[in-house]
Amino acid sequence: MVVQALKDQGVDVVFGYPGGAVLPIYDEIFQQNDIRHILVRHEQAAVHAAEGYARSTGKPGVALVTSGPGATNAVTGLTDALLDSIPIVVLTGQVPTFMIGSDAFQEADTVGITRSSTKHNWLVKDTDKLAATLHEAFHVATAGRPGPVLIDIPKDVQFANGNYTPPQKVSTSRYKPQMKGDMESITELVAAIETAKRPVFYTGGGVINSGTAASQLLRELVDQTGFPITSTLMGLGAYPASGKGWLGMLGMHGLYEANLAMHDCDLMINIGARFDDRITGRIDAFSPNSKKAHIDIDPSSINKVIRVDIPIVGDVAHVLEDILKVWKARGRKTNKEGLAKWWDKINSWKAVDCLKFKHSETTIKPQYALQRLEALTKGHDRYITTEVGQHQMWAAQYLGFEDPNRWMTSGGLGTMGYGFPASIGVQLAHPESLVINVAGEASWLMNMQEMGTAVQFRLPVKQFILNNERLGMVRQWQELLHGERYSHSWSEALPDFVKLAEAFGAKGIYCDNPADLDDAIMEMINYDGPVIFDCLVEKHENCFPMIPSGEPHNKMLLGDASTKDAIGNSGAVLV
Amino acid sequence: MSALQIKKGSSKHSAYNLRPNFSDVIEKHTLAVIVDNEAGVLARVIGLFGARGYNIDSLTVAEIDHAGHRSRITICTTGTPQVIEQIKAQLGRIVPVHEVHDLTVEGPSVERELALIKVQGDGEKRVEALRLADIFRANAVDSTLTSFVFEITGTPEKIDAFADLMRPLGLVEVARTGVAALSRGL
Repeated sequence: MVVQALKDQGVDVVFGYPGGAVLPIYDEIFQQNDIRHILVRHEQAAVHAAEGYARSTGKPGVALVTSGPGATNAVTGLTDALLDSIPIVVLTGQVPTFMIGSDAFQEADTVGITRSSTKHNWLVKDTDKLAATLHEAFHVATAGRPGPVLIDIPKDVQFANGNYTPPQKVSTSRYKPQMKGDMESITELVAAIETAKRPVFYTGGGVINSGTAASQLLRELVDQTGFPITSTLMGLGAYPASGKGWLGMLGMHGLYEANLAMHDCDLMINIGARFDDRITGRIDAFSPNSKKAHIDIDPSSINKVIRVDIPIVGDVAHVLEDILKVWKARGRKTNKEGLAKWWDKINSWKAVDCLKFKHSETTIKPQYALQRLEALTKGHDRYITTEVGQHQMWAAQYLGFEDPNRWMTSGGLGTMGYGFPASIGVQLAHPESLVINVAGEASWLMNMQEMGTAVQFRLPVKQFILNNERLGMVRQWQELLHGERYSHSWSEALPDFVKLAEAFGAKGIYCDNPADLDDAIMEMINYDGPVIFDCLVEKHENCFPMIPSGEPHNKMLLGDASTKDAIGNSGAVLV
Repeated sequence: MSALQIKKGSSKHSAYNLRPNFSDVIEKHTLAVIVDNEAGVLARVIGLFGARGYNIDSLTVAEIDHAGHRSRITICTTGTPQVIEQIKAQLGRIVPVHEVHDLTVEGPSVERELALIKVQGDGEKRVEALRLADIFRANAVDSTLTSFVFEITGTPEKIDAFADLMRPLGLVEVARTGVAALSRGL
């Protein structure tokens, strides 16, 4: 029945790991050919792979794990998906209903544990309700602000025969988020667009979650108004990096021009972003002189952190469509004179060239490695995942994304170990595409067991490891904040990544010379199979620009300028 | 009415706009939350308050519609207007939550609580306890030669006042139900 429900929901891939409490479902999977099961090597990876699949396709990803440790291992992935609003459906096995509560073997209170890390979860005790619950789960995961859901299925419920309810017969009426924005507020926003002297679009993952139509509408609105646009880490690709309005990413490690535009603007239009603390910096000094509009499908996002003037609850695509309609009907007006001055100012900030770095002939700078990766993969049908840390920020800064759903990174939760399994999920969804995981060696080791999965299923994922033999971001903070006392932020026992690749039956490439880098990257791209690319980079490179914790946008640190005492005592408690 | 309690046709989708000014004053609000009566729903609501650091002053919950599987949770909470708005929006996000009513801002409402109060004493104190109970319209629902159990209904303030008066007269134990509340009129 579970497999039937998955088929009816259009599921073609399930990432999972079997165990005692899910054996009946695995038995069904064995006896069919419509749904492909990908055996991961750890349940956390199953959930991240499902996330990668979901983020790169817009469809919900599905993971299947057993009770007890299977379920607890999935918790990190669920929380990651919750914070980044990724639609995934996780099925967990549970001990039989009559044994629940008896501390049975591999029993855990899965719905209790995952209550706060899912959008919603269910324990199904009645086989007749199983199919309807599964269908409702897919609805909840994908409708409104997407998120992870979990269904806990006791083993006796899996074995029992019950009545199957097809998806068409399941009522989804109890969860119906508002899609259309309020027209009066939209008109108010259009009026603000018409007169703004220093406007900026600030877009986020909500644009991507809303679907490709939302990205198209965003491009139309940005290009026709001629307004500048910046995006959060999660929203990269919604507006093309080559677009004329593009300022680059904003936030703690965002671009100088993007952050200053946010600080100095008089109209901020937040589309599907949530004023995260990595974005806002110091809240009481956040964009002090602007009128703020906020479009979000989740009412609880509005006024949560930053009080806004024009709140619009609704789906991004629906709201953008209405904004365009109203704006066009009123004569496509903008404040051209003000806008020209604004762009002059922005161009003067751009001239600072905040991403410049000192090139070295002897060691590979991580920024250089990413510049070359960008140059050599630009024409490809390319998907990028990342782990978490310096390399992630550099990837966001130096790689350009032209389309949505091409950039998969753990934004909200910041999960080290996300990128590798996510790249597996992406590769499965896009078997012919070039899928690269930009990684740091420390993050990558957290889920390195997935090499087994990549090799077994012949997934040619490229693991591009910027190896500085350090926990780079931790090291950077210790340098800036903790008197250069590098407490436990380096590793002395790293594996030989080339031999590691070979041990798994994959290809390993090592490169530590800038002159050899292009050839090595081409070798990686052209190899038909999984690759671990060990790119030895400068060990003490810091990630700039940086807004120190507890400071506003206009107090950015650029390059190797004075970084001593950049973070005050009050900022030091922030992470 | 949406979870944010904004009237249909209103131009604003943030309940902030219902207020002229943002304020840091701590306010006391009574929320009525209509939920599906299913396993775990109370844990979701309480978990939300715990996880996000909101206050619960009192909480009552009971099924109100057996056929429709609906329960009503009445929560008294305190916070700044911003926190109260967040609480309502966050409650509205929970899948089995159907409606969130802020009885404090939606107009006049009636709030009642029931308490059982055990008082021990003899002689003049016992007589005085009985006299005060009469003034507060509290009923003695249990009696021994040296004790009473009074049943009293009213606003939380009335019950506080009664319990305070009973304290010097030999208050032993108090059991309170928490507030049940409904809006006045239709």
